Amino acid sequence: MSFDWPTALPLIFAGLMGLAILIYVILDGFDLGIGILFSVAEDAEQDTMIAAIGPFWDANETWLVLAVGLLLVAFPMAHGVILTALYLPVFVLLVGLILRGVAFDFRAKVPAGKKHRWNRIFFLGSIIASLAQGYMLGVYVLGLDVGLGGIAFGALVALCLSAAYAAMGAAWVIYKTEGELQKKAVAWLRTALVVTALGMAAVSLATPFASPRIFAKWFVWPEMLYLSPLPILSALLFLWLWRQTFHLPKPDDRHALRPFLTLAAIFALGFAGLAWSFYPFVVPDKLTIWQAASATESLAIILAGTVVVLPVIIFYSFYAYRVFGGKATDLTYD
Amino acid sequence: MDPLILSRMQFGANISFHILFPTITIALGWVLLFFKLRYNATNDSAWMRAYFTWVKVFALSFAMGVVSGVTMSFQFGTNWPGYMEHVGNIAGPLLAYEILTAFFLEAAFLGIMLFGFRRVSNRVHTLATVLVAGGTTLSAFWIIALNSWMQTPAGFEMIDGKAHPVDWWAIVFNPSMPYRLVHMLIASGLTVSFLIAGLSALRYLTGDRSESMWKALRTGVFTAAILIPIQILAGDQHGLNTLEHQPQKIAAMEANWNTGPHVPLVLFAWPDEAAKENKFEITIPDGASLVLRHSTSGIVPGLNDYPGLHPPVLPLFWGFRIMVGTGILMLIVSWSATFFLKRRHSLPKPLAMLMVPMSLSGWLATLAGWYTTEIGRQPWLVTGVLKTADAVGPVAGSHVALTLAIYLILYVLLLIAYLGVLVHLALKAAKDGDTSPLPGVMKTAMSQPAAGE
Repeated sequence: MSFDWPTALPLIFAGLMGLAILIYVILDGFDLGIGILFSVAEDAEQDTMIAAIGPFWDANETWLVLAVGLLLVAFPMAHGVILTALYLPVFVLLVGLILRGVAFDFRAKVPAGKKHRWNRIFFLGSIIASLAQGYMLGVYVLGLDVGLGGIAFGALVALCLSAAYAAMGAAWVIYKTEGELQKKAVAWLRTALVVTALGMAAVSLATPFASPRIFAKWFVWPEMLYLSPLPILSALLFLWLWRQTFHLPKPDDRHALRPFLTLAAIFALGFAGLAWSFYPFVVPDKLTIWQAASATESLAIILAGTVVVLPVIIFYSFYAYRVFGGKATDLTYD
Repeated sequence: MDPLILSRMQFGANISFHILFPTITIALGWVLLFFKLRYNATNDSAWMRAYFTWVKVFALSFAMGVVSGVTMSFQFGTNWPGYMEHVGNIAGPLLAYEILTAFFLEAAFLGIMLFGFRRVSNRVHTLATVLVAGGTTLSAFWIIALNSWMQTPAGFEMIDGKAHPVDWWAIVFNPSMPYRLVHMLIASGLTVSFLIAGLSALRYLTGDRSESMWKALRTGVFTAAILIPIQILAGDQHGLNTLEHQPQKIAAMEANWNTGPHVPLVLFAWPDEAAKENKFEITIPDGASLVLRHSTSGIVPGLNDYPGLHPPVLPLFWGFRIMVGTGILMLIVSWSATFFLKRRHSLPKPLAMLMVPMSLSGWLATLAGWYTTEIGRQPWLVTGVLKTADAVGPVAGSHVALTLAIYLILYVLLLIAYLGVLVHLALKAAKDGDTSPLPGVMKTAMSQPAAGE
């Protein structure tokens, strides 16, 4: 089979979009998670937690804009179908993102007496955005079904994803802080992991009933064999992380980043599983990536730019993380 | 209720709220760079104090711009799926390039610009400021390119009802793009100049005579005084460009009902679209012919040439006049303030008091101008290619109405909080004056803390 661009380009863009969503979920996952953990943190701890994400959250959220942007520019048909079907949850997500994004800045600039209010708004915005994302994922998995079953399944995924974000947030706090707060974050991580595990189990059990199509895609021989590493590896990583939490923080704070990286790996595995469940559809059962794609010449010019610019973006993002490496200190403008 | 008009209101509300903040950040980034470079050159700590006061305004405005911008990227799909279906091949790459070249650049270096002062060397910090300012301007370049293409499309062909790109250079640099970009960038400069001048005037009125106040005040007033005549010239050129490519917009802006020579300039009127005439009109004879064609017998296009295909007259007529009127007021205020600052080295109290509300004059003029040009594109979404009514999505009117109501409440509350913080920051800076402890400014970076330190 010869290589032909009209076939390859939509596939490449589906891959890029998947990558952007995965990076978004991991990166904004930890700062949304920290927002969720705001509800159980003391005032002084909240400042440190903000300092741990302050320089990054903006760039993290840009990956969402890129993911939606790629959906918009590469698969314009799908963009319309998905977003009109998810009209209200998208709206709820946006309100959440607006509230937390501005609360972040307001809390540091308003007179001291009003700070508390913006802390609460930061928590509310974060939990609303997380729940909305999970709900949308659940409804999307079911092929944009918004019947009673779809809503129930969406609610289940919403809780599960929020717990997973909280776990990411706790893991990031473990990496970026020390002392009492770090110890507390270990306890948060353990709780969040338990809820995430219960949620994952419930979602896994419900999926075959909720979506026979996905069930059929997974449980046929020999695909089952090739796919088996995904769930097995995820489970092993999960158990390993659980064991790790008993020994955290380690002497000299070794491996402080490890819980976060482990969780990121679990997210990546779960994401690969989801991608398999949908391929080759971008709107489940309705539009394949080729049916929804833009014109070849438009995709080509975006790809040309992406190939040049994306490595540069990744390079300077690493640089920004490095500049603010180490434990979080007070965040000041000077 | 009609989902079309509700969706238009919602998009209008979202983009009006959004544009307020990029209008500030685009130019404020460069002003901050100016403060920084002045400090680097003179070692005068007052420049750095001005920088630290205004970098907080930048941070807050940037956050407001980001969150309202995320909303915009979803709006295309939730409310206007027909837009991307028909012209996605053109709009897509332009938006993609905005995200790839501008959004990431500004977002990544914003952290270093805001919080990295003690983490990187002074030179790297200055570079980060350059990159953030450059990123905001680049972002304006791409989005104005797309917006202008919707006004004056070029460089494409239609195949099966979908636009396909033919010549990217012609698409990006379409006929109205250079004019619109210049007009918008200067509008941003004026918005920021008046914001800085106005909040500094507030500090002046509270008795603050600190060096950082004077420096910010002079920067704001002088920049405004230089930019406003250039803007009036650029606006005039932009108008002539519109006359050439979108005459129906000019006809509505001038409330000229019939094509012909010797068209008067209407200073005040209440255009009545049903009767096709102006009520309570005050005019200058031959004025419009003279302004638009540089001859009293110049032919000015009238609305009668575009039955059913011209924009609504009332909002264009008034939007344009509010913008121009605000511009004239800006000219008077900035030039008289320049006179007093240069000759008397002081600011008369009434002038300072006028400058405080004028802080928001840039917002008013920018919004009025955008309403003129965007409503002026109606009934088209993309002139001659796609009508707005053909792009609206299938979402129920009740859903759009509900979300619109909540957006409006949210935006009003956020705007109040935002303005409250601006005043709070100005008053705090006035109280601190030159006595606030100035953070250590270093030529070299602190050592990077190693992981696990």
